[in-house]
Amino acid sequence: MSVLVFAENWEGRFKKSTFEAVSYASEIARQLGTTTTVISIGNTADEDMKSLGKYGATKVLSVKGDKFASFEPGVYTSIIAEAAKASQAQVVVVSYTYSGKAIAPRLAVRLKGGLVSGATALPSNLNPFTVRKKCFSGKGLTDVVVNTAVKVIAISPNSYQVNTGTGEAAVEAFSPAVNDADFKIVSKELKKTSGKIALTEAEIVVSAGRGLKGPENWGMVEQLAELLGAATACSKPVADIGWRPHHEHVGQTGITIAPNLYIAIGISGAIQHLAGVSSSKVIVVVNSDAEAPFFKAADYGIVGDAFQVVPQLIEAVKKLKAAHN
Amino acid sequence: MKFLVCISNVPDTTTKIAFADNKGLNPAGVQFIINPYDEIALTRALELKEAAGGSVTVINVGGPGTEPNIRKALAIGADDAIRINAEPTDAYFVAVQIADVAKKNGYDVILTGRESIDYNGAQVAGMVAEILNMACVSVATKLDIAGSDATVEREIDGGKEVMSVKLPFVASAQKGMAEPRIPNMRGIMTARTKPLQVIEPVTSDVLTASAAYELPPAKKACRMISPDNAGELIELLHNEAKVI
Ligand SMILES: Cc1cc2nc3c(=O)[nH]c(=O)nc-3n(C[C@H](O)[C@H](O)[C@H](O)COP(=O)(O)OP(=O)(O)OC[C@H]3O[C@@H](n4cnc5c(N)ncnc54)[C@H](O)[C@@H]3O)c2cc1C
Ligand SMILES: Nc1ncnc2c1ncn2[C@@H]1O[C@H](COP(=O)(O)O)[C@@H](O)[C@H]1O
Repeated sequence: MSVLVFAENWEGRFKKSTFEAVSYASEIARQLGTTTTVISIGNTADEDMKSLGKYGATKVLSVKGDKFASFEPGVYTSIIAEAAKASQAQVVVVSYTYSGKAIAPRLAVRLKGGLVSGATALPSNLNPFTVRKKCFSGKGLTDVVVNTAVKVIAISPNSYQVNTGTGEAAVEAFSPAVNDADFKIVSKELKKTSGKIALTEAEIVVSAGRGLKGPENWGMVEQLAELLGAATACSKPVADIGWRPHHEHVGQTGITIAPNLYIAIGISGAIQHLAGVSSSKVIVVVNSDAEAPFFKAADYGIVGDAFQVVPQLIEAVKKLKAAHN
Repeated sequence: MKFLVCISNVPDTTTKIAFADNKGLNPAGVQFIINPYDEIALTRALELKEAAGGSVTVINVGGPGTEPNIRKALAIGADDAIRINAEPTDAYFVAVQIADVAKKNGYDVILTGRESIDYNGAQVAGMVAEILNMACVSVATKLDIAGSDATVEREIDGGKEVMSVKLPFVASAQKGMAEPRIPNMRGIMTARTKPLQVIEPVTSDVLTASAAYELPPAKKACRMISPDNAGELIELLHNEAKVI
């Protein structure tokens, strides 16, 4: 018996969502009275794998080799399924990232296990095994009961706190039975949007909408974001008219994010916009219209002209940083 | 080239969600639409069919109530439609039904949306592919086909990845793959007479069940800060909310 967790890496490095998934899996293992085994695929450093012990992992099964370095969902599924069998996993955890979304459903079919995708919390009950997730684009919550012997959970990034302790995991080489014919999808090119912080991972996001009047006014938004170590985002119309690049568009039809802090400047707060950002822990709204619907979803609000408010925020952040240096 | 596009029937994006006894969506007054990502998939399938020839079939697992939206898909341009006459209990059940039809009819490309906006599972595409032992590219923002080779771009954290795959395959559509088409008058007229086959479901295991639904906890009232003293916000975010 064990809990198996897939530790996703990005060009060989683990990221926060991986630590969250390992922490989450380890807490489930603790509740079930068993241990956590990690499966790592690709060329990650042994030191990094050992350090997953800090988040509760006992053992890391490591599959290295250049052919595994790029992502092939079918191949990754086979490897994780084999590791699940080898470790007699009763629960398999992956992150609900883009790659996790590609793997989790395949894995569920392969293991004949019920899948909770986009879980937002620990199981509320172990018997029947019940896990909460969002539905209706964040407008509702549902408790999913998994009826199968093996359970597959894809945990949403930013929804479970990383537990850091001490300890080192034992790293073991794992040799899966993979055939060349299993490599059906070939990666040709990675196009990175920029060296900046990826929106889906950012802890702070500064976002602006049509209230900013034109692309020439984004300087202050970028400056505020930079000072806060935040990623920038925008509303859909702003991307549609080309004021901002499409990869910044958040909402129902764009990217879904759940940062610790979301600052919305000159965005009205349409229901489709909220669908992509309502999971943010703290929401700040700056809007000149006191009736803007976004204030209903906000924790802090300022009714005012962005062109007067944002420069004040920039000064205040500078002051705060100076006071802490 | 034979395309199969999976369409689900979901509440309009502006719907105010209410649950009936926490047992499921209260459908009173809810307007149902084709899942927006499925419309993107459908449009791309039509564009590729127009370029290279072939057919586009749409499939839905649902009760008779989904037929208006199936007809809408036919009006947008699909050639024919299949409805599996069953409530879509969970994604695995839906995937088993779709895979069964695909096994019998054989398709070169099976497209879904990246996720349904009701249960937000992002599950059906990968499950169908796994059952059929096919490749699947999830959250695809571009799709081009030349002969038996496809080039697909998928979303990744912080960018895009260009991938190549051979037919047949499954892909789930994300915004960017196509601009959804709206039906024109001629489409609406011809949709009425296009074939819509209704078939009964095959038996399937049920792996999960949604036990209860709830609305998210109501937000506390928003704390307002004077625009003349906006700097106070930064102090609150630091000292009270502790997020910066
Ligand atoms: C199917 C569908 C899907 C959609 N998906 C998305 C999506 O994914 N993401 C998304 O964002 N939208 C989406 N939309 C569009 C959405 O309905 C809204 O139209 C959009 O979010 C509005 O963008 P906005 O807030 O920037 O612009 P507006 O609604 O025009 O709001 C601008 C705001 O700025 C304020 N303002 C003006 N001047 C100032 C100033 N000087 N200082 C401060 N504030 C000022 C105004 O009071 C107003 O509230 C979708 C729509 C549909 C139908
Ligand atoms: N009941 C259904 N009938 C047909 N296709 C569906 C159904 N439910 C989901 N799909 C397809 O699967 C995609 C992903 O759905 P989901 O896995 O529920 O997020 C949708 O965008 C549709 O293309």
